[in-house]
Amino acid sequence: MIRNNEKRKETILGIFLLLLLLAVMTFIDAKLPSYHIAIKVIKKASVYALVAVSMNLLNGFTGLFSLGQAGFMLLGAYTYAVLSIPVGKRAGVYQYFDGGWIQFSIPEFFSEHLGETFGLNMGIIIALLLGGLVAAFFAYLIGLPVLRLKSDYLAIATLGFAEILRAFFQWKKLGPLTNGSNLLKSYPDFGSATGYIVLIGIFIALIVLLVNSTYGRAFKAIRDDEIAAEAMGINLAKHKRMAFIISSFFAGIGGGMLAMYMGTLQALSFKSTMTYEILLVVVMGGIGSITGSVITSFLYIASMEWLLRGLDSGTFLGINAPGLFKNGFRMAVVSLIIMVVVLFFSKGIMGDREFSVKGLIRLFGGKKAKENAGGDGNV
Amino acid sequence: MSENPILRLENVTMQFGGVVAVNNLSLHVNPGEIVALIGPNGAGKTTAFNCITGVYQPTNGIVEFEGKPIVVAHPEGKMKKLYAGENAELYMSRHPIDPTPDKITKLGIARTFQNIRLWKSMTVFDNVLTAKHMLAKQNVFSATLRLARAEDKQMAEETEALLAEQDLLKYRDDLATSLPYGLQRRLEIARALATKPKLLLLDEPAAGMNPQETQELGEFVAQIKEKYGLSILLIEHHMDFVMNFSDRIYAIDFGKLICSGTPDVIANDQRVIDAYLGVSEDE
Amino acid sequence: MEALLPYIINGISAGGQYALIAIGYTMVYGILRLINFAHGDVFMVAGLIMVYTTTSMPLYISIPIVLVCTVVLGFVIERVAYKPLRSAPRMSLMISAIGVSYLIQNLAFYITGGLPKPVLNPIPWVSDTITIFGALTKRVTLITPILTLVLVFVLVYLIKNTKIGMGMRAASKDFETAQLMGVKINSVISFTFIVGSFLAAVGSILYFTNYPSVAITSGSLPGLRAFIAAVFGGIGSIPGAVVGAFIIGLCEELIKGLGYSTFSDAFTFALLIVVLCVKPTGLFGEKVTDKV
Repeated sequence: MIRNNEKRKETILGIFLLLLLLAVMTFIDAKLPSYHIAIKVIKKASVYALVAVSMNLLNGFTGLFSLGQAGFMLLGAYTYAVLSIPVGKRAGVYQYFDGGWIQFSIPEFFSEHLGETFGLNMGIIIALLLGGLVAAFFAYLIGLPVLRLKSDYLAIATLGFAEILRAFFQWKKLGPLTNGSNLLKSYPDFGSATGYIVLIGIFIALIVLLVNSTYGRAFKAIRDDEIAAEAMGINLAKHKRMAFIISSFFAGIGGGMLAMYMGTLQALSFKSTMTYEILLVVVMGGIGSITGSVITSFLYIASMEWLLRGLDSGTFLGINAPGLFKNGFRMAVVSLIIMVVVLFFSKGIMGDREFSVKGLIRLFGGKKAKENAGGDGNV
Repeated sequence: MSENPILRLENVTMQFGGVVAVNNLSLHVNPGEIVALIGPNGAGKTTAFNCITGVYQPTNGIVEFEGKPIVVAHPEGKMKKLYAGENAELYMSRHPIDPTPDKITKLGIARTFQNIRLWKSMTVFDNVLTAKHMLAKQNVFSATLRLARAEDKQMAEETEALLAEQDLLKYRDDLATSLPYGLQRRLEIARALATKPKLLLLDEPAAGMNPQETQELGEFVAQIKEKYGLSILLIEHHMDFVMNFSDRIYAIDFGKLICSGTPDVIANDQRVIDAYLGVSEDE
Repeated sequence: MEALLPYIINGISAGGQYALIAIGYTMVYGILRLINFAHGDVFMVAGLIMVYTTTSMPLYISIPIVLVCTVVLGFVIERVAYKPLRSAPRMSLMISAIGVSYLIQNLAFYITGGLPKPVLNPIPWVSDTITIFGALTKRVTLITPILTLVLVFVLVYLIKNTKIGMGMRAASKDFETAQLMGVKINSVISFTFIVGSFLAAVGSILYFTNYPSVAITSGSLPGLRAFIAAVFGGIGSIPGAVVGAFIIGLCEELIKGLGYSTFSDAFTFALLIVVLCVKPTGLFGEKVTDKV
């Protein structure tokens, strides 16, 4: 009973904190112009958070070391863009392909029937979800052969599939659909950072619920010991496929939202480097910690896009040294930090623990959670 | 074979390249029996377990559970030429069945492992609860959206009951791997029981235990057998455990059955004694 | 056939270059069970050093500098990024490799300013144009496969007949037992990285002599192709890597010759996936089983 009461208190406080976050978000959105760097950081970081969490679901919770993330993001991004470019603008975008094959736009259709703002946003969300479904479908197909492979072979095979997908999307013959190696643009955007936060918040919450459900436990069992999991009646093939499909679904949505954030879309940008970047975000947050992935995404994007900008442009923290702080220094510093984390703090920020309301209460209550830290430390 | 056995192995042979790990082994377990499989190290006991549970596909032979064949195999491919066991032709005409371990567990056979295989990042409670996943009827959507609360609650309650029975409830939220060795073995049994098996396979349950713990474990095994209506097949090296608690014993050496019968018969069988103590060539 | 001839010649040459990189992958995998994602970047760095040194020094100085610097880089990477993780799970090691790859590319970006460096002074004589069977090509195209085979034979001889080669073979069979039997595992691993980097540097010199410029991402694709070649031939096996590399190089150039340039990499990856699914041990690999 005591346990239940405590739980309820936590839930209420948790909801309160989330509402507070939402209020702050809408406030920031209303106060700052949409081109302000803070808005951009919030948008991009939330997209990264979703993608990182989806990767964590697979690599961290199910123990399947997949490097196909960029490929699934590419699928989601293209599906979203292709389905959302307004019909009137298609001739301009697909100028080399006679306006392309597809001559409808989901957000446009909805905004005509359900009203300007609501319909448009509904249409965007539906197109994003379709992007997720396309990615999930491809994950199903790709999973049939590759999920039987062991650790590093799986990594390299999924990496290979991502590269094959990228080659296909740049193929001239598919040009009327994908615009070949040219840019896709003019598709709609939410316009506000709150839209990103709310939508991605819902998706991440779904992943959290999944991880803590009986299926999530089955995933963890597969990660910890495949042979024991199978001996306890967990169908390995089915559950691995499930994790792979779900992770790809959210990666696809993330890809769609990334396209939305960037404004223009090109297959060339979905290289394996993108997968590596996300993987390193996951590692720094702690493999197997969802809150870790989220926090690191925000820290990473904020420092990359905002705080460390000076490292590239001559002046940083008031120090003016154009010889040292030139183009590329920021990335070099960040990748050095990443290496230090990988080598010396291999558990990342959070290890496999989660940032929780309970932990927060304890932190503010002054009782440093000693037994907790000690217990989890020697995993 | 008086009644209908719950488990029956017929001419099971497992060959790895040129090594015949299990050679033409036939045995059965009747409902409600505790049967022990004994033999020196490397005799092929764990391999036999792996053939029953689908970890390995045997090279030849049949495994039947509750009268139905669950594994059928005959030498195929490379093994056709290499085969060094007996009765290779016996099952040629039969269609091979090669299920994965999870399918066999779903039929009602659960096992423990010789080298404890608990899920190391999970708590004691979660280890048992996760084994219940197999029985859950909810799908991934209802599970994510928490639509099957009744089932979740039932699973949690059954898990608590199993832990209470094993005296593990006080370690509920500890990491499984932080438990002392003996308790880890008990937790593995609890986890196996969570799948609601009809047949339990225990791979050296008393390994590393002192005589008193071994005695307690034997009593406990007999007790859960009664409570859940189980049949048990176990591998064990502690002879007093085997002699006191099993109904029948099969002794194997070099993969071959050398003797079977009640504990009294086995204890006095010269071949068993030779196999364990070794016999010099010139005798 | 006439039209495909230049592609076949180029394919054999590319195969030789991939073989030199693939050996580094396969030896490291054989011992550490690690896909050294940074190996392709080591290859790229060798190209960059070549561009910088050949413009300012005579060849007899610059080529040794390229070789020495690349070897030192390979050695340092292993000591700094892989050695501390020797007892860590394999996934950490792979992540570290990806991190190193990321770091090298970003450092190279910073140092080069992000622009591809043109290969201004390619090595003379080697890069002269010649005609074979009526097909125009550079002399390096002919030299590459021959030099590759010579180096491979020397390497195989070293591994078969020297003490450190024996250590390498022992370590790739069973890492822990080799250690217990007194094999100096750290020097064996360092030696593996040194040999791998050396061959990658040779491959790099040959590759970029034939190429207009070196960009920071120039290493990743040849690296991946070479890795696939190693898997195709059976990872851990040196002859396998060489055979695989020649097959991949030929296939790739032939596909280009048939007019499907977009798909030459896609084909390579498709080949990889087919091999992994049908025969994960590759052409010459050995089977490993888990014990239950």
